[in-house]
Amino acid sequence: MSTAGSVVRRASGGLGTWLRPVIRNRAGLIGLIGLVAFILLSFVGPLVVPLSTQTDLSKVYSPPSLQHPLGTDFQGRDIWAQVVHGGKEVLIIAFISGLISTAIAVALGSLSAVLGGLFDSFTMWVTDIWLTIPHFPVLAVIAAFVKLSDVWALAFILSLLAWPTLARAVRAQVLSLRQRDYVEAARALDLGTRHIVFSEILPNMMSYVAISLVFSMTSAIYAQVALVFLGLVPFATNNWGVMLSLAWTRGTIFYRGSLLNIMSPVLAIALFQLSLVWLTRSLEEVFNPRLRASA
Amino acid sequence: MESSYPAAERRDEVILRAEDLSVEYVVRRGVVRAVRGVSFELRRGEALALIGESGSGKTTLGLALVGLLPRTARVRQGHVIYRRQNGVYDVLSLSAGELRRFRWQECAMVFQSALNALNPVLRVADQFCDTARAHGNLDRAATYRRAQELLRLVQLDPDRVWRAFPHELSGGMRQRVLIALALLLDPQVIILDEPTTALDILTQRAVIDVLRQLRRQVDFSLIFISHDLSLAAELADRVATMYAGAIVEVSDVYEVFERPAHPYTRGLIRAVPTVTGDLRQLASIPGSPPDLVDILPGCKFAPRCPDADEACRTEEPQLVEVGPGHFAACHHWQKAGVSTL
Amino acid sequence: MNDKPALIELRHVGRTFRIGNRRVKAVDDVSLVIREGEIVCLVGESGCGKTTTGKMVAGLLPPTSGEILFHGRDLSTLRGPDFRRYRLAVQIIHQDPYASLNPAHTVESIIGAPLLRHRLASRANLRDRICELLRIVDLTPPEDLLDKYPHQLSGGQRQRVSVARALTVNPSFIVADEAVSMVDVSIRVSLLNMLTRLKETMGMTFLFITHDLAVAKHFAWQGRIAVMYLGRLLEVAPTSRLITEPLHPYTQALLMAIPEADPRLTRSKPRVQLRSLDIPSLLALPGGCTFHPRCPHFEAGLCDVKAPPLVALGDGRYVACHLVTQGGGAA
Repeated sequence: MSTAGSVVRRASGGLGTWLRPVIRNRAGLIGLIGLVAFILLSFVGPLVVPLSTQTDLSKVYSPPSLQHPLGTDFQGRDIWAQVVHGGKEVLIIAFISGLISTAIAVALGSLSAVLGGLFDSFTMWVTDIWLTIPHFPVLAVIAAFVKLSDVWALAFILSLLAWPTLARAVRAQVLSLRQRDYVEAARALDLGTRHIVFSEILPNMMSYVAISLVFSMTSAIYAQVALVFLGLVPFATNNWGVMLSLAWTRGTIFYRGSLLNIMSPVLAIALFQLSLVWLTRSLEEVFNPRLRASA
Repeated sequence: MESSYPAAERRDEVILRAEDLSVEYVVRRGVVRAVRGVSFELRRGEALALIGESGSGKTTLGLALVGLLPRTARVRQGHVIYRRQNGVYDVLSLSAGELRRFRWQECAMVFQSALNALNPVLRVADQFCDTARAHGNLDRAATYRRAQELLRLVQLDPDRVWRAFPHELSGGMRQRVLIALALLLDPQVIILDEPTTALDILTQRAVIDVLRQLRRQVDFSLIFISHDLSLAAELADRVATMYAGAIVEVSDVYEVFERPAHPYTRGLIRAVPTVTGDLRQLASIPGSPPDLVDILPGCKFAPRCPDADEACRTEEPQLVEVGPGHFAACHHWQKAGVSTL
Repeated sequence: MNDKPALIELRHVGRTFRIGNRRVKAVDDVSLVIREGEIVCLVGESGCGKTTTGKMVAGLLPPTSGEILFHGRDLSTLRGPDFRRYRLAVQIIHQDPYASLNPAHTVESIIGAPLLRHRLASRANLRDRICELLRIVDLTPPEDLLDKYPHQLSGGQRQRVSVARALTVNPSFIVADEAVSMVDVSIRVSLLNMLTRLKETMGMTFLFITHDLAVAKHFAWQGRIAVMYLGRLLEVAPTSRLITEPLHPYTQALLMAIPEADPRLTRSKPRVQLRSLDIPSLLALPGGCTFHPRCPHFEAGLCDVKAPPLVALGDGRYVACHLVTQGGGAA
């Protein structure tokens, strides 16, 4: 029986059927390569590249060299090492936050659309309120009370703020899919609400869900980097956001030689986001059997 | 594939001729040969019906005639010869500008999803004036007069319809507005793609009657593409049946219903129920249309034909004359009437 | 006439929809008895309410007025297991072969789901049962189709899978909503023959909804046809009588308007000239008889004032027309 889970499994299990649509789509392939590269960089990299926290004032803002491929920062520390070590937290928060917010949004959005009535009205009322709350000031306030330096806490809070928009979109999708003839047939066959939501409707939304997941990851990254940049999150570790913040406060924009100091984290973040976005181009094909099985 | 279509006895001037036209689509799996070596003639004032089911290539053929094929399609060979007072030219070799002038002024096409072809935010009046203006007729008053005349010809009340938006009109009314719009620039040829599909019985009847009347009052030739044999029975002078991208039979309308020579045509006729008249035994055609990517040799209808033999499976039959003005592509057309189909 | 017990009975059934703050009476006062093993065709043009009626009969939409009885019991009183039994006894087949099957499921999954859900087959004999059902709908060899997705099947094959899916729960009644309208002409007949076989071998009862009177005539030759217009039933009669002797002016107009696949016949067929080509909108229904603005036999003062009730004329014939019931006859 095909549930949403088995669609994912089937999509990712048979490597041949899964890889082919990704490889076919140029942008998607580059995105996938980029994603894999960043994951390796951030999780395997730190095992290979040592991070030096020793300041060496003689080497401040030194240009790229064999020893320091991206040069050194305002304290003479290797930028490349910082980039390698700085991705892990960012990626973890992105994945976790993205997963949690998408899961909540899909669950609430689809149940809302299918059950209708009071549940629907209540959920929509909650999302309405949530949507009118400006995220950033709220985050700033929360930062004053909660220790946001904990990766999990930050991820969780970010996802709590992100799910309402997604839930509305999911609800709209489900409402439209609910009108399909095959859903009506499932009702006539008395297959049950759970089956209708998870087996009939969700599998047809998988590409939409996957793409939404990716985009909630990108917005989690931006939120996180912005929080760090604004100094709302105390930095205990070094990540790309911290790099950016430090570079900024140290006035690197005023000095040409320090370009790499500020551009490295920016590029790292931007390239990662780009990989994610380009990956979505082929996700549509991965989940659509009509496009997938055309060989 | 070459199909020789012997020139029929010319009762009248031929204004449009397709010569050995082949169109293919490029898809992931390969190349779909949607139209294979089609040749036919359209004479002045006549109505030709192109009858075929899904996969027959009829819509592709229609699009090719007006140069409106999608970018994934390419014309592999063939010509579409069009004759005007001042000369003869191949539609497929026209430049973009010339093609635009050809469309609508010489040859107007009304599409299958025509009911949605009207711009929903423009009033009917604007659609007419825009079309006229796009072809260089800036005289709004003249356009108005002509449009009113045409709307009356299609049994619409011009005052009611002129300032209306498309959503205020019913499907049948929209279809008739489109027919009037097609006639606006006085084209020589009108191509209708599935003009009555998706219309109710009574609305269909109105459109058919309107078309019949128009043919009496306005001078134009008509090609209509449909899967509906009864539409051909109503309106056509000549009928061409298409199967798997080729014309398998063409003849005068009475002849083709009384003495169909190709097994596919016979099968189609026997599959259509009639309302008046006795209850007859209906028969469907077993199997389904062939794959147009991996094309097998021989007659494409052979897998579904009860009379197919080795000759049918190896050699594709060409159109041969089986009667005056009647052509069929079948090796065994003489068996017509004896066949079990 | 069929004297089997009534399977489904509609008593003054109506369905009103609210669009914005306006009300649309999609179905108005429809009464019909469908007996076991019968084929009843519901015929009408688009917007006449036949699909809505079909959905109400299938239990997918509740009527806003009137009752629907199943084996004599009012549907609205059925609860829990009784309602479930009714749900499974009445199945629906949709018009659009491209929309009736879930594109994300294989044929095996589509047919297997209801079998497993209702424990009509165990995992051990699931495949066999699925193949058996596929054979019943003439999809052979069934094994070849199990792993196929809907987009890999033709329109006709998809409709057959739809029917097989409906048969999984052993229904006694099938509502076929324009089930052959979007299928090629050459395949239509074999689909109809397959459905007829279901009636003969399983005693299946059909409510066959269509706008195509010719198809209705052939499928329901031994059955009855009910003609609907703008939500109301105008005429009900055994098929052969309705076709040869239509009584209601609308039925007459319809029969005369249909083009025939025979040029001599169709070009000489007399047409009924209607007074107006416009179809009234459901939002602004004409008073009295809904057909009166177009009826060639319109009688002022009567037809535009009072709505004619559906009157039984005996012999299974019912007509809703003042002129017919008054013996004037709308010839």
